[in-house]
Amino acid sequence: MSKWYLGEGDHNDIVISTRIRLARNIADYPFPVRLDNKSKIEINEKIRDALKDKEKLNYTELKTLTRAEVVSLAERHIISPEFASNSDGRALLMSENEDISIMLCEEDHIRLQVMKSGLSLNEAYELANRIDEEINEKLEYAFDENLGYLTQCPTNLGTGMRASVMLHLPALTQKGQMGTLATTVSKLGLTLRGAYGEGGLAMGDLYQLSNQVSLGISEKAAVDNLKTITLQLAAQERTAREEMAKNIVTEDAVFRAYGILKSARILSTKEFMNLISKVRFGAVTGMIKTDLKVINELMVSMQPATINAFVGRTLSADERNVERAKIVREKI
Amino acid sequence: MLCQNCQKNEATTHIKRIINGETTQSHLCSDCAKSLGYDSAFSDFGFNFSDMLSSFFNDATATMLGGHTLRCEKCGSTFNDIVRSGKIGCADCYRTFYDKLMPSLERIHGRTVHEGKIPNGTEQLKTENEISKLQNELDEAVAAQNYEKAAQLRDRIKELESEGKVNE
Repeated sequence: MSKWYLGEGDHNDIVISTRIRLARNIADYPFPVRLDNKSKIEINEKIRDALKDKEKLNYTELKTLTRAEVVSLAERHIISPEFASNSDGRALLMSENEDISIMLCEEDHIRLQVMKSGLSLNEAYELANRIDEEINEKLEYAFDENLGYLTQCPTNLGTGMRASVMLHLPALTQKGQMGTLATTVSKLGLTLRGAYGEGGLAMGDLYQLSNQVSLGISEKAAVDNLKTITLQLAAQERTAREEMAKNIVTEDAVFRAYGILKSARILSTKEFMNLISKVRFGAVTGMIKTDLKVINELMVSMQPATINAFVGRTLSADERNVERAKIVREKI
Repeated sequence: MLCQNCQKNEATTHIKRIINGETTQSHLCSDCAKSLGYDSAFSDFGFNFSDMLSSFFNDATATMLGGHTLRCEKCGSTFNDIVRSGKIGCADCYRTFYDKLMPSLERIHGRTVHEGKIPNGTEQLKTENEISKLQNELDEAVAAQNYEKAAQLRDRIKELESEGKVNE
């Protein structure tokens, strides 16, 4: 079955993917920080059983996976790095095409996540909402009339919802606009940060835009707000792209990047992400004829542990860079 | 002055931090400041709850505020535990430490009353709570021989009960 990120979706020249995440806790149990492993597993199995007849999901205890498999899930944003960092008492429910994943006993008992390609906030929310209700038919949630859904970290109180979109913004990045944009959107209740890479660096010019607050704002209002700002950013990016695409220097950079990806024998993650961003820019502006699906797939699957998982053993950094170059040459 | 981190570029970002009266200074070039996260003062603001709470209360204040007396009956967390870990122990902690948490909740979300979806059955629970509250008032009104008020309360209870039945 093809994975969620191979779809096309609306505004896919800019919006790579949409994600809705809901945080929930089962009433009458302490939050995971105050649970021993035995109780965690008991909760995990209760949630698994609640969805058994409703959704087709695979249940996996995290400790049954290899280190590379776990890190690879995190690299593909199916689980959080925090979830990957410790396997004890944790389990994952996941659909075959990886669009639905439920982290059990991460920071909360339930972290339900739905991913869709392109800009698809309403569709993703509806699916998340359906699963949320199916669980709630069987299990009672920790809830307070004033504070909403109760969560282990108070930043998620209220709806417990984090809605986000992954954006490819090479032109705005090139123009040095990202710092200003991050400040602007933060005043509008949103957060903009690099999707890959740490400390403000955005590898591959990929950014995550998400709602900042969850208390006192309904799911619909938060989703609408995110959608409006996403469309505005997309419009700005398109204008900047048009301007840049006319420039022979940009065109040169795109074709050079394409050439390197097609012929290089060694590619580090950083170099690869930098080059693929240029090629993606070239593909969406019509300079190069390459399937966007292939580019999107490469962007999410060429991270270190995913390559290890693909090859089936742990490679050294040098071996991995050779393997990455080989896979890229075959696919692009 | 050279950047303290890479020792290569000129330091252009100067950071002074005062924590519990102890001053530390860092001098960084723009690249290192960026990679260490100092350029994103706005985008990252308010997301690390633990840091934020700790900046409100140091351990001494937390203990004074409730560490030795107040403990969540359900999970045993003290307010000190919450400040240290940045994690709430259970649903009951929110009730136990409501007043102490409120200023931080306001700072994080701006608002403190939930809007949006509510779980299954909550609507009915609300109605049941309302009915039992009104029932108590009715008993009091009858005891006080305030029959006019009692009649009003009785009508309201009937109304709520019939709404509940329609929903079922």
